Amino acid sequence: MKQKSTKKMTPLRETVYRFAKNKISLIGLAIVILIIFVIIFGEQISPYAKGVDQDIMNRLQGASREHLMGTDGYGRDIFTRVIHGTKYTMLIAFPSVIGAQIIGSILGALAAFYSRWLDDVLMRILDIFQAIPGMLLSLAVVAVLGSSLPNLVIAMMISRIPGATRSGRAVMLRLVGQEHIDAARSYGSTDAQLIFRHVIPNAIGPIIVDLSIALSATILQVSSLSYIGLGVQPPTPEWGVLLSEAREYMRSAPHTIVFPGIAIALAALAFNLVGDGLRDALDPRLRD
Amino acid sequence: MAEMNNNAVKAGPGEPLLKVEDLEVVYTSRQEVVQAVNHINFEVRRGETLGIVGETGAGKTTTAYSIMRILPDRTAKILNGKIIYEGEDLLTLPENVMRNTIRGEKIAIIFQDPMSALNPIMRIGDQIAEALKYHNKEDLTPEQISEKVDQTLELVGIQKGRRYDYPHQLSGGMKQRVVIAIALVCEPELIIADEPTTALDVTIQAQVLAMIDELRETLGTALILITHDLGIVAQMCDNVAIMYAGEIIENGTVEDIYSGKMQHPYTTGLFGSLPDLEKKTDRLSPIDGLMPDPTDLPKGCKFNPRCPRCMDICREQTPPEIVDGTHRVACHLYAGMGQAAKAAEQVKEEA
Repeated sequence: MKQKSTKKMTPLRETVYRFAKNKISLIGLAIVILIIFVIIFGEQISPYAKGVDQDIMNRLQGASREHLMGTDGYGRDIFTRVIHGTKYTMLIAFPSVIGAQIIGSILGALAAFYSRWLDDVLMRILDIFQAIPGMLLSLAVVAVLGSSLPNLVIAMMISRIPGATRSGRAVMLRLVGQEHIDAARSYGSTDAQLIFRHVIPNAIGPIIVDLSIALSATILQVSSLSYIGLGVQPPTPEWGVLLSEAREYMRSAPHTIVFPGIAIALAALAFNLVGDGLRDALDPRLRD
Repeated sequence: MAEMNNNAVKAGPGEPLLKVEDLEVVYTSRQEVVQAVNHINFEVRRGETLGIVGETGAGKTTTAYSIMRILPDRTAKILNGKIIYEGEDLLTLPENVMRNTIRGEKIAIIFQDPMSALNPIMRIGDQIAEALKYHNKEDLTPEQISEKVDQTLELVGIQKGRRYDYPHQLSGGMKQRVVIAIALVCEPELIIADEPTTALDVTIQAQVLAMIDELRETLGTALILITHDLGIVAQMCDNVAIMYAGEIIENGTVEDIYSGKMQHPYTTGLFGSLPDLEKKTDRLSPIDGLMPDPTDLPKGCKFNPRCPRCMDICREQTPPEIVDGTHRVACHLYAGMGQAAKAAEQVKEEA
């Protein structure tokens, strides 16, 4: 009888209702909300201002009451740095991945939907981009534009677009051949209506999975760029910077790398859980 | 809906609603060219039912898609011909005119496979409403649209409460009813039903066909029924066109085709593949062989490799179209028969 109650809900309410029934996704959502909370209020709650104050006497301390996650090689409080880092990492990874996925999905839909000619041209251009490893590509973009937060977002986005386009195209190419797309065309849908009401919504499951994987990969890529000095500049406490700075102390003081590592893993996990839940909630076939 | 009836009466039987002239469609892939439809001609009058019969791959669906202009533009190409609807050539209309005034509004199509013809992530009520919204001539309010959706669902025999269901929650027969509802909701003048019952089991087939026929009669809609079932054709159609390898090899009224006079050997073969209640036979007599490879059609008559009455001339020359009243057949067997021959004889006698 409970299922009957969803019948007259608006699509949005129904999605929320279905999502809420999935407990594991709710845990993911809770972590994501925590992350957002930390981004907004992190600076108020962290015990040491900005996380850049050095205290060379207390370097590489283990976890204690003063330093919840211990201190790093310069005696900075890791807990404070992780909290501050959330903002930098998320503000780079999130917009770049979402932006790339949106652009990639639309390009992929166009390639799948329109003539072979457009498809060929688009795919060959992407081939050129993909011939260069993603890391090298974002490196080149940052080298040209200079390393600032917005430029990093652009660099990450550019290196992500080809992959997003390709996977989007692959899913949608299969969809375009299906009869319900012909059917929608046969009762007078415009191309835009077909793409945005029928093709992309039907591909949303794979797109969201792709997105949540890309998000964790991008967090790591940002940190790699930071490591070679082209990403976020030290002493800014970006998570990747924390990881790369901790590399030399990995054996003697493992807490320096464990806590930022946990933060990255937790964030990636949370987004994956939310992505999974969202995919299930959006696809009526998986609901019952 | 009463309005539609008037239209049907007003137009009268004489003038064709849809006239397909010399249509030629090919599919091109990177390696080869598939000749799917080769120079076909037929017409449909208002309120009339035309059956298009043929084996799988004869080009029936391609013909239907050509009329709607929804062929996959990656591969298919209309090389030649005219599709004249109410005096206008659909092939020359701009895409937006085609979309706004023809597709769904004047001509609607019922798809072959109801399992895949509905968007799996849209409520069925929303899909029916979508067709209506795109052709909202009478400026219906959302409430009126919703009411019309309920009416249409009831018309095809589905409770209106099920409009909130998703396609996967319906049975195959009900999905086909929804597909039919989408085609009907804008009250088109012509419905193309592309093997509407192939994917359904026999009991549901009969129901769905009876429903299509009844709706066609009450709405005064013309119907092109694409099928490979001659039994259905005898029951529902006024005229029949038999397609083979992209050509119409015989057409005429149901009486012309079923009388057996001047019958194309392929049509004879189709009838031979049907069980006959009156004769006691152990086996059916199917047509030997397969449809020719459309990338490499035989010379002369396309049916010659499978024809039990094949002559030398059939392998060389394309058969002429022999006309006898409403009956047309393209076969060398009947050369020297038909109207033209009769007229010639008459001229001779008079002289």
